[in-house]
Amino acid sequence: MSEGMSPAGDLFSKFDDIIALRQNLLASGVEDPYNLVMEKVLSPTRAICNGRDTILLGTYNYMGMTFDPDVIQAGKDALDNYGSGTTGSRVLNGTYQGHKECEQALREFYGMDHAMVFSTGYQANLGIISTIAGKGDYIVLDIDSHASIWDGCAMGNAEVVPFKHNDIEAMEKRLRRIPDGAGKLVVLEGVYSMLGDVAPLKDMVRIAKQHGAMVLVDEAHSMGFIGEHGRGVAEAQGVIDDVDFIIGTFSKSVGTVGGFCVSNHPKFEIMRLVCRPYVFTASLPPSVVATAATSIRKLMHGSNKRAHLWENSRSLHAGLRQLGFELGTDEPQSAIIAVIMPDLERGAMMWEALLREGLYVNLARPPATPANMTLLRCSLCAEHSEDDVHTILGMFERAGRAVGIIG
Amino acid sequence: MDRAEVDAAIRSLAEPFNKKGVDISGATTFANDLEFDSLTVMDFVAAIEDEFDIIISMNQQAEIENFGQLVDAVTKLQDQ
Repeated sequence: MSEGMSPAGDLFSKFDDIIALRQNLLASGVEDPYNLVMEKVLSPTRAICNGRDTILLGTYNYMGMTFDPDVIQAGKDALDNYGSGTTGSRVLNGTYQGHKECEQALREFYGMDHAMVFSTGYQANLGIISTIAGKGDYIVLDIDSHASIWDGCAMGNAEVVPFKHNDIEAMEKRLRRIPDGAGKLVVLEGVYSMLGDVAPLKDMVRIAKQHGAMVLVDEAHSMGFIGEHGRGVAEAQGVIDDVDFIIGTFSKSVGTVGGFCVSNHPKFEIMRLVCRPYVFTASLPPSVVATAATSIRKLMHGSNKRAHLWENSRSLHAGLRQLGFELGTDEPQSAIIAVIMPDLERGAMMWEALLREGLYVNLARPPATPANMTLLRCSLCAEHSEDDVHTILGMFERAGRAVGIIG
Repeated sequence: MDRAEVDAAIRSLAEPFNKKGVDISGATTFANDLEFDSLTVMDFVAAIEDEFDIIISMNQQAEIENFGQLVDAVTKLQDQ
């Protein structure tokens, strides 16, 4: 049967448009940007990809903890002592000593009363948002929110009210119009991962509180290097004490997998019994929570690495600008530098040209991107050296000229 | 505002978004006839919300497919 033809009743016919888009792109001869295999991983910043020695500039491995010897040793010890997996839910047989130690490390890292570890960051947003905002409540959220936030909204029964990205006035107007007596949850992100821009949390959190809303901030892309203690944008802007829930992940700066929510809410522990994405799934393997706990504790003392990561972000941003690339932000606001491509076709060509140079970045395209943009998203690592950044800029220059993105 | 006034107000708010100059009737759909993408929907909804000082949540938007349904919904919401 031809792939282009769908028989009547085929539930897959709804994907025909995206199948055609993908086929057209691959027919132009470019390497499939969503089928890359890392055959060997040499360090947080280097891998063998499709047979080539490649600098990694699209991994969110901001603090380079994935090969930290203490972190790896903690994982090995946990494998030896607790086995390969828990085979159970956190509320049944899936809470080991390591899960409690990991939550203790999070409480200390954030200086908060409660911490709850989920199996992924996606599930943390899905679970907390869908559980705390119920029928008759209102969720007010930024239109550029991550898929896990939208899916948390879709899974719950609250009224969902989006506002224009980072628009303080648009948020305030929506809060003002919510009927008296309704529960309100404002959902924001510290760093928005597509353009790498930071939210004006100082004003937004203040206004949300003035309107009696609870505030949830996803700090996935800021943990470990933004704010004095690496607690994120809410800390950097001095409003962390007014944030009711911080959502985070272990799959970025922490360097493994898993998600969490920290809070000072006095009744927070009840979440463990009522939050379905927490209850009805197996807990993280002992080795994962052991690596996470060790990494989180090391991140508390990571100020030198943090400073170097910011140097990298500033020099890459300045260098790309100088070469004539259009960037997502005027100033570097995070460890993400988004390079705006004229369209998907040239974006894919540029992505491939960079890969041939030996550089991996993320190709991001609609619907994941705001305003239907195609982006080459670069995320820096504290383990990238100054020389790496120079090498990366040379690769961008050659690839950009070859594809005709820069003059 | 009665329904006819709401209709007229929304019609003029829709004008800048109606790039192809589609003749709008009650049965005109936003997705197919007017070809609004999600960003256009957000800006259009925001314009209506500001004009009438109301909230049209995503849950309510999901029930609205054509122009007539939108006028009905806004007529109802502004009275609440």
